[in-house]
Amino acid sequence: MATRPRPSGAGDNLKRLLELYRTMVRIRAFEETALAAHKAGEIPGPLHVSLGQEGVAAGVCASLRKDDRLTSNHRGHGHAIAKGADPVRMMLELYGREGGSCGGKGGSMHIADFSVGMLGANGVVSGGIPIAVGAAQGLKMLKSDAIVVCMFGDGAINRGPFLEGLNWAALYKLPVLFVCEDNGVAAFTTASSVTAGPGALARAESLGVAGVTIDGNDCPAVDDAVTRLVAKVRGGSGPQFLHAKTYRWTGHTSTDAAAWRDPKEVADAKVRCPIARLEKLLGDRGVDAPDFAVVATQAQAEMDDARAKAKAAPWPKPETAYADVQDVGAAAWHK
Amino acid sequence: MAQVTTTEVTLIEAGRLAVQQEMRRDPTVWVLGEDVARGGLWGQYKGFLEEFGAERVVSTPISEATIMGAGLGAALVGTRPIIEMRIFDFVMCAMDELVNQIAKVRYMFGGQAKPAVVVRMPHGMWRNSAAQHSQMLEAWFTHLPGVVVVAPSSAEDEAGLLVSAIRSDDPVLIFDPKDLWGATGRIAEKIEPIPFGKARQLSTGDAVTLVTWSALVPKAVEAVALLTKDGVMVDAFDLRTLWPWDEDAIVASVKRTGRLLVTHEAVEVGGFGGEIVARVVDRLGPQNIKSAKRLGAPRLPIPFSPPLETQVRVTTDKIVAKVKGML
Ligand SMILES: Cc1ncc(C[n+]2csc(CCOP(=O)(O)OP(=O)(O)O)c2C)c(N)n1
Repeated sequence: MATRPRPSGAGDNLKRLLELYRTMVRIRAFEETALAAHKAGEIPGPLHVSLGQEGVAAGVCASLRKDDRLTSNHRGHGHAIAKGADPVRMMLELYGREGGSCGGKGGSMHIADFSVGMLGANGVVSGGIPIAVGAAQGLKMLKSDAIVVCMFGDGAINRGPFLEGLNWAALYKLPVLFVCEDNGVAAFTTASSVTAGPGALARAESLGVAGVTIDGNDCPAVDDAVTRLVAKVRGGSGPQFLHAKTYRWTGHTSTDAAAWRDPKEVADAKVRCPIARLEKLLGDRGVDAPDFAVVATQAQAEMDDARAKAKAAPWPKPETAYADVQDVGAAAWHK
Repeated sequence: MAQVTTTEVTLIEAGRLAVQQEMRRDPTVWVLGEDVARGGLWGQYKGFLEEFGAERVVSTPISEATIMGAGLGAALVGTRPIIEMRIFDFVMCAMDELVNQIAKVRYMFGGQAKPAVVVRMPHGMWRNSAAQHSQMLEAWFTHLPGVVVVAPSSAEDEAGLLVSAIRSDDPVLIFDPKDLWGATGRIAEKIEPIPFGKARQLSTGDAVTLVTWSALVPKAVEAVALLTKDGVMVDAFDLRTLWPWDEDAIVASVKRTGRLLVTHEAVEVGGFGGEIVARVVDRLGPQNIKSAKRLGAPRLPIPFSPPLETQVRVTTDKIVAKVKGML
């Protein structure tokens, strides 16, 4: 990339910023491509996309190693891509095709790729929290220095497992980074209208889990915060908490036009786009507009290719419906 | 054949020795649940904290959802947790983690996940414990794809089936029979695994096939003795594993006897007895069966007061009367 001389300083690593940028752009391209494919009737079932929230996924995962684990929620495409999952296999999974990440058994809501530590999206709000703390407990027992990142929405903090899981992680000083991706809504409801008290971080702190609240649309800030939190978690200080504020540009699912929401609110949010924001920063650092276009074109080509492959891929063989239920008694299942 | 030395132990001790043996064999096996570090509610983990340390014998907060879910998470990174639910009825607080997560991850993720957990859930009526500490809902879990369902009734089976459960890569649900903790049996110094899905024959006969499990096994044995005195010879089985269950053994027996009674402590309506009767009738054809019946509890919560509780229980006399009515 063409770059002009630029000032250097903390958090100013250009290569890193460009990596964050590329990840966000790839997530956006994946989500837009998936939405278009869904509209075209190519993808069955609902999709929960994360347009507008790319800064959180990209910023959180930049500090993670491949063997670090991640649990996600129903809106997990971006988390999976940022953790290193292959978009082709993900797209095949969304299409329900052979060769998908889960062989077509999971779909959008159950994207998982254990080969990159992505332990699964989850169709149950807050379902990943107990799994994350247990994974951390297991890793600690196995004397691994890998850590676990647990992603959930602001809607999840009103379910019991949030209280149980944070208490548990603090109690056993487990290597977990909790990330509340606060997009302001829970499904079709403004989260603040159903959440009492001072919010996610205060709840975490009341259980002895320290952390920070940041602007999740400021991707380098997310990266900086997570770098520090991950160092603490990996260093044995116990669980940490990141409360990342962002905004969901779309409705709850791919079929929700979000007519229930004030269009001005959405328009204002789009001004705070995490990608545009990083472009501005990168521009100040000497990256040129054509360079952004190259990244965007590459990302779109990658996702178009994934879509084409998914569209052309065969359906799973019907008999695979019987595989991977359980070993014991599996034969009896077919009857 | 070399003589195997055996020791007489209670069912609870048999289970304790089995878990201890497996924890000594495999350092990735560990236990989590409320009060397990003090030996568990029932003493089934007595001495474990001293031997294995607090990292492998984890007394947890009263957080059933996380006890279950953390067990799963720990399995997903390669350990083999034994999840102790204290008393079966509390699993209701962990149903999402059991039903939506543990039973689903392997399938839903296309075989990537290995949820190798054992879930121990002591169940059944036990000394007037009333409606929230006495339930037998094992039938629910036979309906749940993805899990193995085990309900032992003897010390030998408790030990051998626990060993199989701990070594299994499938999630295995063990319904320990609370009312039979004190039942004694003989176990070998080295506890061998007992394969899932094999019934244990309790008696042989050609008049009727009697199928049961868990707390009703001793009552079925008493009933068989009474019926034998009256000249009614019973082919009786302890199913031991409810999923997979020993369909071939039961079908072969009913083929000879022509009569089948399934009895369980659980409520009769919607109980697993219905499934057994239906399968056997399917496989043999109704024309080849003289009688096929179930005997379970009435569809009531378990009451507290002793005479009320007795009213609900399936007893030896009820089994005898039911069999006689089928002849
Ligand atoms: C236990 C549970 N209850 C309800 C739902 C239905 N549901 C799916 S997503 C969602 C909203 C979750 O809000 P949040 O976590 O903030 O994420 P968002 O969808 O707003 O991004 C709800 C209610 C569910 N999946 N699980």
